[in-house]
Amino acid sequence: MLPIIFVLPILQLVILSNAATFEVKNIKFGYIDNDHTSTSRALVEKFNASTYFNVLTDFPSEALASASMLKGEVDVLLQIPHYFERDLQKEKQNKLGVTINAIDGAAAGVENVYVKQIVQRFNQNIKVNLLQVSDKQIQPITIETIPLFWYNKTLNYKTFMVPGILVLLVTMITLFLSGMNIVREKEIGTLEQINVTPIKKSQFIIGKLFPFWVIGMGLLTVGLILAKVIFNVPMLGSLPLMYLYTSIYILVILGIGLFISNFTDTQQQAMFIAWFFTVIFILMSGLFTPIESMPKWAQTLTEFNPIRYFVEVMRMVMLKGSGFNDILPQLLKTALYAFIMNGLAVWSYKKTN
Amino acid sequence: MKKENVIEAQNLTKMFGDFTAVNAISFEVKKGEIFGFLGANGAGKTTAMKMLIGISKPTSGKANVAGFDVFTNAEDIKKNIGYMSQKFALYDDLTVKENITFFGGIYGLSRKQIKEKSNNLIEALGLEEVANKLVGALPLGWKQKLSFSVALLHDPKIVFLDEPTGGVDSITRRQFWEMIYKAANQGTTVFVTTHYMDEAEYCDRVSIMVNGKIEALDTPKKLKQQFKVANMNDVFLKLARG
Repeated sequence: MLPIIFVLPILQLVILSNAATFEVKNIKFGYIDNDHTSTSRALVEKFNASTYFNVLTDFPSEALASASMLKGEVDVLLQIPHYFERDLQKEKQNKLGVTINAIDGAAAGVENVYVKQIVQRFNQNIKVNLLQVSDKQIQPITIETIPLFWYNKTLNYKTFMVPGILVLLVTMITLFLSGMNIVREKEIGTLEQINVTPIKKSQFIIGKLFPFWVIGMGLLTVGLILAKVIFNVPMLGSLPLMYLYTSIYILVILGIGLFISNFTDTQQQAMFIAWFFTVIFILMSGLFTPIESMPKWAQTLTEFNPIRYFVEVMRMVMLKGSGFNDILPQLLKTALYAFIMNGLAVWSYKKTN
Repeated sequence: MKKENVIEAQNLTKMFGDFTAVNAISFEVKKGEIFGFLGANGAGKTTAMKMLIGISKPTSGKANVAGFDVFTNAEDIKKNIGYMSQKFALYDDLTVKENITFFGGIYGLSRKQIKEKSNNLIEALGLEEVANKLVGALPLGWKQKLSFSVALLHDPKIVFLDEPTGGVDSITRRQFWEMIYKAANQGTTVFVTTHYMDEAEYCDRVSIMVNGKIEALDTPKKLKQQFKVANMNDVFLKLARG
């Protein structure tokens, strides 16, 4: 059993990390308008009108904008330089600064194309406008965007996927092992023997949790080593922080597994329910599809998805180098979740029927 | 000297939906007694026993085991009883020693006690050769003897045995009953279910369950007199056929 527990996830990591594609919507857009002219406002208006960009934020300074991007509130940041309108008319060309949060490399690539298209269309408009003003044939004005990808500079898709897949394998193995466990004892009859002993319910659940917790941490370790060795994924944040978060996260998954196990009578039932939740959790985790593209109600549902938090934390810590305070919201939510699920696991374990 | 009752049941009933598995049974078991709980398959023996050991809540009635109420103090009962189920229920993937250590630990024995008990037990059962082998690999007879010994590990006041000799050969059955006598001599009350009527002869008192009710309850000798037959098997046949 032990080789299976470790070999299958490794295959999963290697295979899955090389697959899948993206569509990007609801890009969180921010801008710094240093020009404050009708031209700069018209350009911003173009982004506002686009169906791909929303949540327009006007930042007074670059520092604030950067801080906001660090928190993940902004995906794309447009910087309109001083004298944008004047220089555009005078020199017939200008440069715009665009910063894109490229943690999600594929999404960032798409976002870059969107920005270029909008700016180029805007560029054509300017040409037309200028022609009307000067009534002369003039050179097309070119605005060059210089994309600057943050956190995943080479837009390496694997860099983005590997931490996510790692989440997936740690989750699946620990959920299935714990989900099958108590119900297996029900089937072979050893649970009845345990129920006749004076063991406390919480002692029993802790006894069940611990070995799987160790296996989960072992999987994380193997996964992180592979991520480094095979995929060369950067580990910008602190490893102890990664382990701290994972240690709490695994408790959530094990609590869910044991809860399922207590409620079912056969391993087939447990497997079925565990699969049901795994599929929903994975597809709604933001691992393969961005949560931002989901409908509002689905986004609300993802708040109850532990995998979502783990994916976020994994990517933040590994790729962004986020610290304790950055992942604190996820950490607290996960801890609360762990507390509730294990409470339910203890509660649902009935020694007397 | 009148011995105290360690098990008292009054109108104990268990219903599963419309089906009455155990129908208002009443009986007492005295300290140190070997009490045979007899009945055909499906008569309700196991269900009745599960209520007494605190893993199944009675639908109605009253029961007291080792001085504790089955409704309110099931966990206290569990500290004072040993149980061996019909189905072998030690961990097949642990060794003999590991199983003993594990259950000893659950009952709160100290490491020293566990070591001592485990050595005595392995020696008494002649399991020295296989002490470090997985329990799953043992023959059924050995497994049964081991489960019985594990059930007695924490010196319980009462030990409940659910068809302990099901499927084992007659020599092992004999040895098993010797173990039961030994435990009873040391003051442990033995509550044993069986459908082997010859085993009923070894009990101090027996009750015979038919369709969820106790139809007869006395010493084997008196029951034979009452029904005017030569052995317990005939007593049982008379009762079961109505």
